[in-house]
Amino acid sequence: MTETLEWKDIAFLREVERRSGTPVSACFQCHKCSTGCPIGAEMEFLSSQIMRLIHLGEEEKVLKSHSIWLCASCEACTTRCPMGIDIAGVMDILRIMAVERKLTDPRTRGETFHRSFLSSVRRHGRVFELGMLTAYKLRCADFLTDLDKAPKLWAKGKLSLLPKRSADVAEVKEIFRKAEEEEKNR
Amino acid sequence: MKYAFFPGCSLESTAWDFEKSTLSVCAALGLELHEIPDWICCGSTPAHAGNASLAVALPVFSLLKAQDMGMPVMAACASCYSRLRTANYKIIHDPEERLRAERITGRPYDGSVPVRHLLDVLANDLGTKQIRKHILNPLRGLKAACYYGCLLSRPPEIAAFDNPEHPTCMEELLEAAGAEPIDWPYKTECCGASLSITDADVVCRLGHKLLDMARRAGAECIAVACPLCQSNLDLRQADIKKSFGEVPEIPILYITQLLGLALGRSRDEVALAALAVNAMPCLAKYEILNAAVRGA
Repeated sequence: MTETLEWKDIAFLREVERRSGTPVSACFQCHKCSTGCPIGAEMEFLSSQIMRLIHLGEEEKVLKSHSIWLCASCEACTTRCPMGIDIAGVMDILRIMAVERKLTDPRTRGETFHRSFLSSVRRHGRVFELGMLTAYKLRCADFLTDLDKAPKLWAKGKLSLLPKRSADVAEVKEIFRKAEEEEKNR
Repeated sequence: MKYAFFPGCSLESTAWDFEKSTLSVCAALGLELHEIPDWICCGSTPAHAGNASLAVALPVFSLLKAQDMGMPVMAACASCYSRLRTANYKIIHDPEERLRAERITGRPYDGSVPVRHLLDVLANDLGTKQIRKHILNPLRGLKAACYYGCLLSRPPEIAAFDNPEHPTCMEELLEAAGAEPIDWPYKTECCGASLSITDADVVCRLGHKLLDMARRAGAECIAVACPLCQSNLDLRQADIKKSFGEVPEIPILYITQLLGLALGRSRDEVALAALAVNAMPCLAKYEILNAAVRGA
């Protein structure tokens, strides 16, 4: 069934344009981005549909959608957009706004992965993969997925048991603290 | 030629074979790499999709160290390369981003430290003419599909060293090494990248598409230059078979492993044993390994 949407409000479009620094309003629905999107088959809203929903002010629909988390940041859309819209950059801002507004789709594991990854960087200055993946799996309460990969990685020397730290960890912690402050003022 | 080397987190762990073979190839070609002391993670996708300020500040911290070394930066990981270049781009084009990054790192930075990818350095600073002179063990007849993935050529404002839709530098490098790179349509298609952690089924679908096409186009192996492309196609090949049925195994090698062999390095020096899908049968057929071992 098709749903008819009416224009709601311009505030959402303005905010996305300001924070992404790219002219979302220039999209004229040629769908070139969606045609080349590798994840299109899995997305409830294609990238061109996301652009249109932003025009219409459908903030909740967009920020709650699983599609924004399925974007692999492959940059094909950004490269091909005839209007020069940084569509992959818009997806980043949408993910950031979805987390800020606590609207992330419950099927989404992206936020949990990002959080686990960044806390590993904050602690060691670099990613400690084993620690990061353990934290991620604890948060998702999923231990079975890809468990078969661990012995393979171990056999190939690709799984370190200890983190490799940067000596500048104290400075890295400070960078995280200040970056979080800066984000509040966007 | 001297470069400040930014290995990145993957090259210290799951892609140690990429680091080993990169160092081996650069040594054979007389490229001097100096690792940036105490470099930190570039932030990768979790930073650019989670905290826009952090996504610029983390790369800038390492770029400032490279600035002190007075050398251009060379990265091997496609994602690190893209993130370091993006940070420079934002700082040059957006004065607010620059001020923000300077407030966070506490140091002035104008975005001017050059960031190069290994492929760019090999193909453009050194050039295939120069590389041909060092080939001791040509990979004669080896049919390889060159797989660039996303970030080595896109977006063109960031990855500026080859054509964004039809890059050719890997083919040129492998041709110089005596191999026969095949023509195939998916060389810049996406492997699914870090969806491997969160949505592995999507990565399997994309991986199947890539492996199937490479096989049908006549490739015996796939050459890559990105740790995530490598692990999504290599380590997940068993899962892909489970979901999509039998496809003939195809080894996924870092281009530096192939180049290293052609430069006369041994299979250990390019860490061939670290691959999940065994590359020995495909390479042994051309007696490359034997010759490489003789040359070592």
